[in-house]
Amino acid sequence: MPEWEPVIGLEIHVQLKTHTKMFCGCESGFGGEPNTRTCPVCLAFPGALPVPNQTAVEWTIKLGHALNCRIAERAIFHRKNYFYPDNPKGYQISQYDEPLCIDGSFVVTGPEGDGRVGIVRAHLEEDAAKTIHVGGATGRIVGSAHSNVDFNRGGTPLVEIVTQPDLRSADDAKRFLQLLRQTIVELGISDAEMEKGTLRADANVSVRELGETGYRTRTELKNMNSFNHIARGIDAELRRQIETWESGSEVVQETLDYEVKSDRVTPRRRKEEADDYRYFPEPDLVPVEPEADLVERLRSEVPELPGARIRRFEQQYELSYYDAEVLNGSAALAALYEQVALDGIDAKAASNVLMNDFVATGIDPASVNGTELGKLIAARATIPRETFTRALTESADPEFRAETYLGDTLVADTAELEPLVDRILADNPGQVAAYKGGKEGLLGFFVGQVMKETQGKADPKVVNELLREKLSP
Amino acid sequence: MIDTLRLTAEEARALLERGDVSGAELRAAYREAIDARNEELNCFLTLVDGDDNNGVPIALKDVISTKGVRTTAGSKILEGYVPVFDSTVADRCKAAGLQLLGKTNTDEFAMGSSTENSAYGPSHNPWDPTRVPGGSGGGSAAAVSAGLAPWALGSDTGGSIKQPSALCGNVGLRPTYGTVSRYGIVAFASSLDQVGPVTKTVRDNALLYGIISGRDDCDSTTVDVPPVELPVAEDLKGLRVGVPKELNEAEGISAGVAEAVRRAIDLCSELGAEVGECELPRSVEYGLPCYYLIAPAEASSNLARYDGVRYGLRVPADNYYEMVARTRDAGFGDEPKRRIMLGTYALSAGYYDAYYGQAQKVRTVIAREFAAAFERFDVLVSPTSPTVAFKIGEKAESPLAMYLTDVLTIPPNMAGLPGLSIPCGLSEGLPVGLQLIGAQFAENTLFRTGHALERAIGFDIVPERLR
Amino acid sequence: MAITREDVLHVAALARLELSEDEIVRLTGQLNDILAAVGKVSELDLSDVPPTSHPLSVVNVFRPDVARPSLPLDDAFANAPERDGDLFRVPPTGAAEESSA
Ligand SMILES: [Mg+2]
Ligand SMILES: [Zn+2]
Repeated sequence: MPEWEPVIGLEIHVQLKTHTKMFCGCESGFGGEPNTRTCPVCLAFPGALPVPNQTAVEWTIKLGHALNCRIAERAIFHRKNYFYPDNPKGYQISQYDEPLCIDGSFVVTGPEGDGRVGIVRAHLEEDAAKTIHVGGATGRIVGSAHSNVDFNRGGTPLVEIVTQPDLRSADDAKRFLQLLRQTIVELGISDAEMEKGTLRADANVSVRELGETGYRTRTELKNMNSFNHIARGIDAELRRQIETWESGSEVVQETLDYEVKSDRVTPRRRKEEADDYRYFPEPDLVPVEPEADLVERLRSEVPELPGARIRRFEQQYELSYYDAEVLNGSAALAALYEQVALDGIDAKAASNVLMNDFVATGIDPASVNGTELGKLIAARATIPRETFTRALTESADPEFRAETYLGDTLVADTAELEPLVDRILADNPGQVAAYKGGKEGLLGFFVGQVMKETQGKADPKVVNELLREKLSP
Repeated sequence: MIDTLRLTAEEARALLERGDVSGAELRAAYREAIDARNEELNCFLTLVDGDDNNGVPIALKDVISTKGVRTTAGSKILEGYVPVFDSTVADRCKAAGLQLLGKTNTDEFAMGSSTENSAYGPSHNPWDPTRVPGGSGGGSAAAVSAGLAPWALGSDTGGSIKQPSALCGNVGLRPTYGTVSRYGIVAFASSLDQVGPVTKTVRDNALLYGIISGRDDCDSTTVDVPPVELPVAEDLKGLRVGVPKELNEAEGISAGVAEAVRRAIDLCSELGAEVGECELPRSVEYGLPCYYLIAPAEASSNLARYDGVRYGLRVPADNYYEMVARTRDAGFGDEPKRRIMLGTYALSAGYYDAYYGQAQKVRTVIAREFAAAFERFDVLVSPTSPTVAFKIGEKAESPLAMYLTDVLTIPPNMAGLPGLSIPCGLSEGLPVGLQLIGAQFAENTLFRTGHALERAIGFDIVPERLR
Repeated sequence: MAITREDVLHVAALARLELSEDEIVRLTGQLNDILAAVGKVSELDLSDVPPTSHPLSVVNVFRPDVARPSLPLDDAFANAPERDGDLFRVPPTGAAEESSA
């Protein structure tokens, strides 16, 4: 059996979170009663004309910088012609052979080094409206099926990113998308949430024998709305293609949907003539020729991106790749970590607290005073565990001060703890016997009893020592 | 007594300003004329009652969206369509106090040269009702010529203002592309469509152009326009007039038309202009083929929105695709269908480069030829239409013969240039139009030239049979 | 490059026009005549000539990202052939198909 190499490219659509739509002044974004965010332009009334949203153009250039793209000196909008109820003009305004951002690359950091994914292009277009399919032959009543259209989403700015077929596994694709998503979120241009459809990804999948240099027929995989589904969908399609080749058949070019329930891909029904989109330059719009000043200003506005920050954390704070990645789960968490770590606290300790205890609270890192949190973490060995946990849960309070919790110190005095330890041992003769019989795991039980009686104020280190001493044969 | 056949918009405005007549009286006079002659001429598709404005009345071609007033584009597919918004030009007319008389007939989606392609029947030429008024804006041109409106707006893609103005004996301006907003104009071919005035005099034309022109935030393809100058001078001293050989000697130009135009050119010299010959070798030969690729291609896309979903006709069917296909079959007439088919074909995979792509390059060639001519001349002159008004039905069987009637108006349109058609005499008892072509944004030069010639020619704009 | 009946049917499908038999025959003839005439553009060698998609030499026209009022619902639906609550109703499209953004 040959060894197969997956060849995967992605096509990603990102909905920009501008105030208004791409070509009209209607509010964009989530919410709004059906069809209340519509106007002659986005309903394609006769004579209505598009006027492009400046912010959408600038954000696309910004994203282009983040993807190391060349920003075109001249970009033009094209019409992509096809009929569908969610496409009111009968064409989508998109970009074709002169897109805004070209030839980039995106570095995917990983524990074993950097992976580089080529970016073919990133272009600007408008989103389709929402078609809702109603009724049909479900249940016992054969209803008269129809479709309803809500044009609120129609015309929302979308950036389409097309990668080179550089990804070599479903996991790579997932990791790439996650890092790309975070980059987009940190640029502040989109919420990029797959569940809400503000980030959507299609995968172009093929396989070839290891060592083969050409590409084989690829399929297009759609309808996956979480990172996990994308990984599972790609895996399912890879399996199907390998089986197909190995059984002596050929993979045919088609569009497929991934069905989560059955973990299988199914071909999508299409009208054969719908494939000729008859692109031509949109005559209602003039070319976009971004001025050098603007392009440079937008470049300077791109913040340090998550991938680069992970590598810097590894070096600067001597963290493991894993820790650096978790701490960079959001720009705010990373910033909080840097504030805490810069306050002279042991970087590893700080990362443990943030990654585990702090993240568990679900508090928004952006709302926390890092200096005070740093003080708290520095003193955490001297305060009761419960106090510490409570302090973390209250850390988003604008009044949060570390000293509020520092007075609450641990009881480490042996003389104070010894009578209590004695009493607990005496109250639990069965467990003592078991311990002595070899069930040393019961030590935790005794420690727990002491902590319970002292409301967590006993120094666990001292309690441990006392117990071992008293239980030793 | 208001003589609507002769009253210019400028005079009407003066009467209103002096209080000699009221807006209501003016409206009543035009309504009376409409009642008397519209049945024969079929200029108006919709008449408006009770406009709040009290100024000079105006008629708008039915491709111009008017809030609350039915706008059909001459098509069955928009039969009951009532816009909920005003086009920018309608809005500017309102803002200038003009009162809307009604909406005028047009070839369906402005596709045609005779108004015979209207789903609501052809309009007739006031000079001879057995003849066409030209098209697509035949309704507006005939209405102005027959005294049913003091002035009107048309739209011009390949010649739809200039050619009917020539055939009906009035003054029509197709402005420089980008000077008048297309917002709210039912689109035919977006890179060519341009709204402009149809009037009795050149001064009226300049006045109306001043009202409707200028940058519009709702149309990305509009620009700021130089201030409009009302022409006064009656000479052409210092003006360099070019006579493009090919535009004046094209096949199909009738002897009578050539003769009237020749006299107008001689008049230019007499008025002090410097007249010389020039050449546009490819613009005329390739202009028409170029146009009949680009305009249908854009039209095929612009007319895709008529799908029976949000407005207009819907023919019921079991599924969406059949509903769309049946609606479009039932709603569009022959000419839109022909152009949709032609344009779709010209854009389709495998043919784009040979047809649409090549036509765009021809467009560059045409623009360059005109640019070279305007280095030597301020204005170029030619006939507007190769012939005077032809008989209704005469070209109905041959789309190609109909297309050829625009052979002289199309070349400058491809280059986005302004063109003014003024009447320059009669041939076979019917008006002959003189086309004055300017460089981009040179409308003032066209007005000046047109005004001086108009005075010198002394053409009587009232159709002989109505005098 | 003669246009065949099959071409006409294909183009009609792309353009979503359900043509009658009569129209198909007529259009095949007319389109052939017209294409023969407009095909003249390919006589010219224009390999060095850039295309003109627009007669204006204007670039960079934008709108600030500021919301403007949308239409009242009754205006949005004023001309709708079929309204279902606040939605535009159409015959079924077949649930499996989706627009391709
Ligand atoms: Mg796309
Ligand atoms: Zn809108």
